[in-house]
Amino acid sequence: MNALTEIQAQGWVDIGGVADIPLRGARRVVAADGAVAIFRTGDGRIFALRDQCPHKQGPLSQGIVHGHAVACPLHNWSIDLATGEALGADAGKGCTPVVPVLVKDGRLFLAAGA
Amino acid sequence: MTLANPHSTPESAKLRLVVIGNGMAGCRAIEEVLARDPHRYAITVFGAEPRVNYNRIMLSPVLAGEKRFEDIIINDAAWYADNGITLHSGRAVVSIDAEARLVVAEGGLIVGYDRLILATGSDPVRLPLPGRELSGVVTFRDLDDVEKMVAAANQPGAKAVVIGGGLLGLEAAYGLAKRGMEATVVHLMNVLMERQLDEAAGYLLTEALAERGVATVLGANSEEILGEDGQVTGLKLKDGRILPCDLLVMAVGIRPNAGLAKAAGLSVNRGVVVDDQMRSSDPDIFAIGECAEHRGIAYGLVAPIWDMCRTLADVLTGADEEATYEGSLLSTRLKVSGVDVFSAGRFSGGEGCQDIVFRDASRGVYKRIVIHEGKVAGAVLFGDAADGGWYFDLMRAGTNVADIRETLIFGRAITEGLAGLDPSSAVAAMADSQEICGCNGVCKGTITGAIIAKGLTTLDDVRGVTKASGSCGSCTPLVEQLLKLTLGDGFKAADGPKPMCKCTSHGHAEVRRRIVADNLASIPAVMQALEWTTPDGCSSCRPALNYYLICAHPKTYKDDAQSRFINERVHANIQKDGTFSVVPRMWGGLTSAKELRAIADVVEKFDIPTVKCTGGQRIDLLGVKKEDLTSVWADLNAAGMVSGHAYAKGLRTVKTCVGTDWCRFGTQDSTGLGVKLEKLLWASWTPAKVKLAVSGCPRNCAEATCKDIGVICVDSGYEIHVGGAAGIHIKGTEVLTKVETEAEAMHLIAAIVQYYREDAWYLERIYKWMARIGLEAIHAATVVDLENRKGLYERFMISQGDQIDPWAERVQGAEAQEFAPLATTTLAIGDLAKTMEPAE
Repeated sequence: MNALTEIQAQGWVDIGGVADIPLRGARRVVAADGAVAIFRTGDGRIFALRDQCPHKQGPLSQGIVHGHAVACPLHNWSIDLATGEALGADAGKGCTPVVPVLVKDGRLFLAAGA
Repeated sequence: MTLANPHSTPESAKLRLVVIGNGMAGCRAIEEVLARDPHRYAITVFGAEPRVNYNRIMLSPVLAGEKRFEDIIINDAAWYADNGITLHSGRAVVSIDAEARLVVAEGGLIVGYDRLILATGSDPVRLPLPGRELSGVVTFRDLDDVEKMVAAANQPGAKAVVIGGGLLGLEAAYGLAKRGMEATVVHLMNVLMERQLDEAAGYLLTEALAERGVATVLGANSEEILGEDGQVTGLKLKDGRILPCDLLVMAVGIRPNAGLAKAAGLSVNRGVVVDDQMRSSDPDIFAIGECAEHRGIAYGLVAPIWDMCRTLADVLTGADEEATYEGSLLSTRLKVSGVDVFSAGRFSGGEGCQDIVFRDASRGVYKRIVIHEGKVAGAVLFGDAADGGWYFDLMRAGTNVADIRETLIFGRAITEGLAGLDPSSAVAAMADSQEICGCNGVCKGTITGAIIAKGLTTLDDVRGVTKASGSCGSCTPLVEQLLKLTLGDGFKAADGPKPMCKCTSHGHAEVRRRIVADNLASIPAVMQALEWTTPDGCSSCRPALNYYLICAHPKTYKDDAQSRFINERVHANIQKDGTFSVVPRMWGGLTSAKELRAIADVVEKFDIPTVKCTGGQRIDLLGVKKEDLTSVWADLNAAGMVSGHAYAKGLRTVKTCVGTDWCRFGTQDSTGLGVKLEKLLWASWTPAKVKLAVSGCPRNCAEATCKDIGVICVDSGYEIHVGGAAGIHIKGTEVLTKVETEAEAMHLIAAIVQYYREDAWYLERIYKWMARIGLEAIHAATVVDLENRKGLYERFMISQGDQIDPWAERVQGAEAQEFAPLATTTLAIGDLAKTMEPAE
């Protein structure tokens, strides 16, 4: 069993390649229990959040990615990609759930969840 | 087969230590063992290369002709003899019998061991491309490779292509360029050395390499190596491009050399699996260096080798039987002369990281320190990497840097010189000879001297007299501190232009000026030249810079989709539920049965919930799903409709009344002029949205006097109005002038739009721009100075080009990834709130 099939046997779902997400961009994964936003930052890091702004449920996957944050496309809340917390003027007002994402050999995996 | 006494040794009291691999790891391990206990082992070394041990990481300078092979030898033949080491060089080991504890080498030589060290290193990865067997296709791993590359470089006019924009590939390309070859690096990713560098540093590296004769092709997928008569002639990329070459170097990574271990029945994953004491699954066999896999990581850099060898020697000699190796933090330095690049730390994962960014445009410096929980977690340094080692030490020691955070980015000398002082006493404590302004070379004493001698009181005064802080402005806070210290309460902070955003101290006007004056051609170039304090800007400055660059370089700038707000990225308007609205263009507010029928069909076919008339005389289709957008556009395109740009900072609508065609009061063909204006202006990008209207008589049914630009037709011609608004602010237009012909009206309006495009700040509507610069300025530039008007008109037309419909482009497949989910799964996806598992 190679490393990738082993990962999948542990319940991780292959959702695509790192290169499928533009640098400083995001893509959306549609799952049974709602969408997940997968982000790729300018320094090549990968983050995943529920695709919902804590403010008015805007799709964060459609926002502008800058540093390790995304600007929600609806009302420009800035959300920390690592923690899901609102930043700046809206700090402390809400938090988007973080989704565990695994990067292995250029592939991306989400945990099939509870 | 000769049997070389496997079970007895001349020095029978000694244990037999056999090392497979005469490279950096094998020899370092021996040195470490000897340093602890020179008498414990009788040592035998096998090396596959017919040479003594040399410093493999210095092959790059050898290739570049900056060092000779003799310079990079670590242990010469005498070292082996002096330490009683038996060296079998040029003799590869072919098998290990772990049961009998002996190794078999080429030629049938058998040697027994009590302890065996595997230091077999790694092999370069050869891409499975057609043509890989051609002569002139090489890897970059050992001295033989270097010799082949040097031979190729000696052919006059020879060209080289290097696949792989990592550390090794860049060093190879630089070396070949230095030897006179035309060298091109082909890299799969969009950033060079993307594992070590962020985009900003990668951009600077690309530029620096270009200056040294190394061209770069990013985002390039190799398809086939081309050849003639068995000799390489070029590389073909997936996009069809062909890069001619006489030498092709593959530098795309390494693979641990674990074949021997696997054949011997040891546990092997990517590399030989070892525990924290470097022991393999056989207790007498150890593995170190690039052939080993420790805690799932097979390292490809030299620093972990030193750490591994220390632990191994402690264990083997009993110096510290409990010694453990717990993995290495990595740092990287690129060995290209005059290009100072350092990178350290992990750049993946990690919650709550913060960046400190410093840029010095005049010196080409970019520094970024990543702080996590008060400690240095990573560093990228470009242009000045002198403090790399210091940051790396802070990182490895886990030093809390909260107290030195303010000055950390300026490096060790300043930080340690000012430790424990508050900012103003820190400045007070600086010596008069210490440099404040790096751009202009101004010392503290010069500034304080000028303040006193010339009675200076403001920042601008100091800039005028000493030039300090007058260039990049990054030392402005220090100069202000000096003013405060010298003048006490006599200092008044200057209020300069408002910065564009928190990423910069520059205002919009200055940024626009510099883009044109310095011919800055990309967002990373602007950020470096104007010393942005964030790595890649924010959602406020990036769209502005993208617009300014499009405006300044209409033919050459490559639009950055990731720097556009979602609406402009997908050419539709996002709605509160994440669906989109679609507004096709209706020229001058005219439509037809065919268009209306197509709209009706689209509404039914895609189950579009709401259809509404807009205020700009067209039809809005609301609630379209993102994945349906391209199909909706395809159907609208088929009926001849194009994007209405209802989402754009660009031309929206040209509203008209029916004019002389139908109206009994109409004085001119207002509908026709409206259509012509819309056809002239559509598909342009502007600082903010632009709405026009043309009314056929002063009754003004098209409401032209509250538009950005309005035309009121009168018997004798056309009144041109500018600067109206009917949004948050209500403002009537001002009359700019009156013209006699339709052609002149169009010429003038295009010129006004171009002046606005070139001069206004991003998101500044025409009425606000006019309030800032004055109606007089617009009048002077477009009505009085006809030569200038002509220039503006011509530049506008160049920028308009072919006026391509963005919907049609996307129907054809452009930006396809924008319109489809990355993946769809019937599974539920766990998030941290539900599973409480840590992210990996």
